[in-house]
Order: sequence, then C-alpha cells, then structure tokens
Amino acid sequence: MARLDGKVVLVSGGASGIGAATVRLIVREGGKAAIADRDDTRGKALAGELGKSAHFVALDVTQEASWQSAVEATIEIFGGLHGLLNAAGVGARNDIESCSLAEYRWVNDVNSFGTFLGCKAAISAMKGSGGGSIVNISSVLGLRGASYAMAYCASKGAVRALTKHVALHCAFMKYHIRCNSVHPGYIDTPMIAPRLEQPVGNLSGREWLEQLHPVGRLGRADEVANMILFLLSDESSFSTGSEFVCDGGLTA
Amino acid sequence: MSELAGLVAIVTGGTSGIGAASAKLLQEAGARVVSADIQESKECAGRFVRHDVASEESWKSLLADVLAREGRLDIMVNNAGIAGGPGTVETTSVEAWRKVDAINSEGVFLGCKYAIQGMKATGARKPQSRGSIVNISSIAGLIGSAGPLAYTASKGAVRLLSKSVALYCAEKKYNIRCNSVHPGGVDTAIFNPVWQLLGREGGKALIDARHPIGRMAQSWELGEVVLWLASERSSFVTGAEMVADGAVTAGLMRRSVLG
Repeated sequence: MARLDGKVVLVSGGASGIGAATVRLIVREGGKAAIADRDDTRGKALAGELGKSAHFVALDVTQEASWQSAVEATIEIFGGLHGLLNAAGVGARNDIESCSLAEYRWVNDVNSFGTFLGCKAAISAMKGSGGGSIVNISSVLGLRGASYAMAYCASKGAVRALTKHVALHCAFMKYHIRCNSVHPGYIDTPMIAPRLEQPVGNLSGREWLEQLHPVGRLGRADEVANMILFLLSDESSFSTGSEFVCDGGLTA
Repeated sequence: MSELAGLVAIVTGGTSGIGAASAKLLQEAGARVVSADIQESKECAGRFVRHDVASEESWKSLLADVLAREGRLDIMVNNAGIAGGPGTVETTSVEAWRKVDAINSEGVFLGCKYAIQGMKATGARKPQSRGSIVNISSIAGLIGSAGPLAYTASKGAVRLLSKSVALYCAEKKYNIRCNSVHPGGVDTAIFNPVWQLLGREGGKALIDARHPIGRMAQSWELGEVVLWLASERSSFVTGAEMVADGAVTAGLMRRSVLG
C-alpha cells in the first residue's frame, strides 16, 4: 500500500517549486492532488502530465472566496479533502529602511494572511469528515532573522506562530486535524532565481547562498517534498504544532 | 537617578498598561518621554502626542514633532497593540485579521522604520546617539495557546522582524539595537474582555493559575524590562527575545490549570 492511498490534498502554489514537487510525490504515493495556483498555464500542464490523480484549480490565496471555491472544487473532483499544503508564497528582498508599507502588506498578505485563510477553509471542510493534516511552509527565516528580508521574516514568523495556534485549536476541538510548519533553507526553485543572479562581495549569488548551508549546496524541492509527505501521511500521526526544519544544517 | 539624562524616548500606547509603566520608568531614569497614543490621558508620563500607529502619515508627523521639539530620538518603545477579540482560526474574520495586523504588525514595522530615521538624524549630536528599539511581542509569538489567532500571528511577525531590524542596524553600524519583549499575562486593560466575561476575580484567578509562579505580572514589571533594554546596561543585547512570563513558556506544569 502506498503512503497516501485514498488521500486528497489541496496544494496552494502547486504549479511550481516546492508545491509542484510535493504534487508529484503525492500522486506517486497513491494520493490525489488539487494543484491550486494563480498560474493556470503551468498548473494545467502539470495536471495534464500526471493524469487523473491531479487536477488544476484556480486560487488566489489572498481572497477568502477564492479559497472557498478551490476547496469546493477539490471535493467535487476527488470526493473529499484530507490534507492541505500551504506552499504559495512570495520572496522579497527588502530591509527596514527600504521597505514600503505597501510592500510589507503584500508580502504578509500572500505568505501569512493567505496561510490563515487556507487553514480556515480546509478546517471547515475537514472537521466533519474524519480530519486531516495541514502543512504550512514557513522558512528558516521564520526561525532566524535576516537583514535583507525584513517583510519576509515577519510573514514567516507569523506562519510559525499561527501554525501552533491552529494545531492547539484543532486538538482542543477534537477535529483530528494536525497542523505543522516546515522550515526550508534556500531551495533551488523559481522563487530564489532572482537571488542567484545577484553577486554578494566576490561570490556569485549562487555561491553565496550555497555557503550559508553547512552541507555546501542548495536544497532540492523534492527533498522538502519528502518531509511534507511524511507530515501529510499518517506516519506522523503524533506530530502537531511542531516545526520541521529542512535546511542542510543552516540553523544548526 | 539620571541614567538616561539628555535622551529622548517615544512610547507608543504610552497612556496605559505596559506603555504607561515604561514611560514612567524611562522618565524617572531621566529621559524626556513622548507618550504617543490614540487615547489621551492627563496622567501619562512626559508629553502626550496623539498618534495612530497604523497610519504612516501619523508616524511622519510624530517624528517631525519629536525632532523639532525634543531635538533628538534615542529610545523607541513599540508597545501599542490590541488583542482583537477572542477569534480562533475558524471564527476570525478577514476584517478582524486586518485590524489586528495593521496595529500589531504594520504598526511595529512603521515604528522601527521611523525610529531608525529619527535615530540616524540624531547620530551626530551630543551625547552621541546609541539607539534602542524595544518591540513588545508576547508569549503568543512563542507558543500557540496564549492568544487569539490574529494576535498570535501578529506577535510572531514582531518576533522575527525585530531580528531582521537588529541584524540590519548591526551590519550598517548604526549603533542601534533592537529586541523583542515577550510578556505573559499582564494585568492591563487588554484583559478587560476576559474580566467582563468571567468577572474580575474569577477571571484573574484563572489567568493567575496559568502562570507557574501563580500570578499575572504588574505593568511595572514589564516596564523594568523595557527600561533595561532601553538603557546601556543591555549594550550587548540585540536581536534577542526577552521573556518575562512567570515561567509559562519554561515547560510543563505539574498541576493542571484548574487543579
């Protein structure tokens, strides 16, 4: 028996990066994946490649109504909902002096407000049907500060904290819904592509990011997906409200 | 005592609770204090300036006022915050989230941004500026059981943005420190809704019992933490989390809350 047999997972940001890598793994392990994304071209292409076990649903994570229709569409297509991966997110380079209020709000809207709305919509669908597992993508920058990513740090710190609230609320209400946060280091995905082009001192952007990790390289999306799969599956049935770090030793 | 003589401090939410206690202690230590608050109080320490932390325009005029009238800025206490009602992940509305975030998260972001502007403008004057930014987070930024959902998220944001600000100022050699404070339950107006629900005596007994030391904090006890971080006694402390919570986050309690 595969590890996610019969489980339906909605993946926000499922069309690229960590989200897409997790969609592939969900399908490989016997689950069904709703690829929820703003990017319908890439989302539909991935769904087409994976066949009947994956389907694209349109999602703007900052709109509550969009979450409701994405969850409804997922249940209509696959007949249930057992998991949610909040992988949609934006990276932004800014510091406390250069960041505008509009930029601060945009980063926090997508990364933390969007994760809140996702949890709210998924709990509403899962609490009456046997429960499930919610995985929120925070970051090593939800654990440690970085001078050059002020708004991003704030948004990922919010995800880290709200994940614990969600876990305790669901445990207290006996919903059988677990909720954990995943804290990746720098993963080689489209989100960090702009960073690879920006030299730091006499290092290339890629070299600088690589040397931040004691293992000396960037992470791969499938390595984070493996951790997420564990959390989505029943293998992690006693884990809730916790922080799972996947960072090549960066925070050690 | 005149440890902070010649220095100027802004305290947001300075007319009540932790803010008022901090303003009073900073003033007693010799600082000139501006109590910036949306609610006026005749009894607040220092000079009152009406201020809405969620409004960037209000920050611009506050900073202009302080630099014009006090001539410098050394200490910024980003204390203003709201609990925002008892919302869980299921019951929190979009509007409630936005209101809490605008004050607790965006308000602290703007507070740090304009504090740095003011402290940089002060740098060349005598005595030399050694800025200190103190952001009031909460144990809700550390654990998931200490507050409503939107409040918890906003305090998690403050916890991490404080570190980013500390690192940035260190790299730029601005001589500005930035730390977060994580109080447990403090006997202030933020608990009024709880008192209304359970009665002051019964409610307080319940909250007291959630603290291993058996009681909530008084505002002045958090004011002392703020004063320490504001002063040069903490000169090597930046990017840190100062917990003052009667051991709530230290670990497990042998006796249950109601035991």
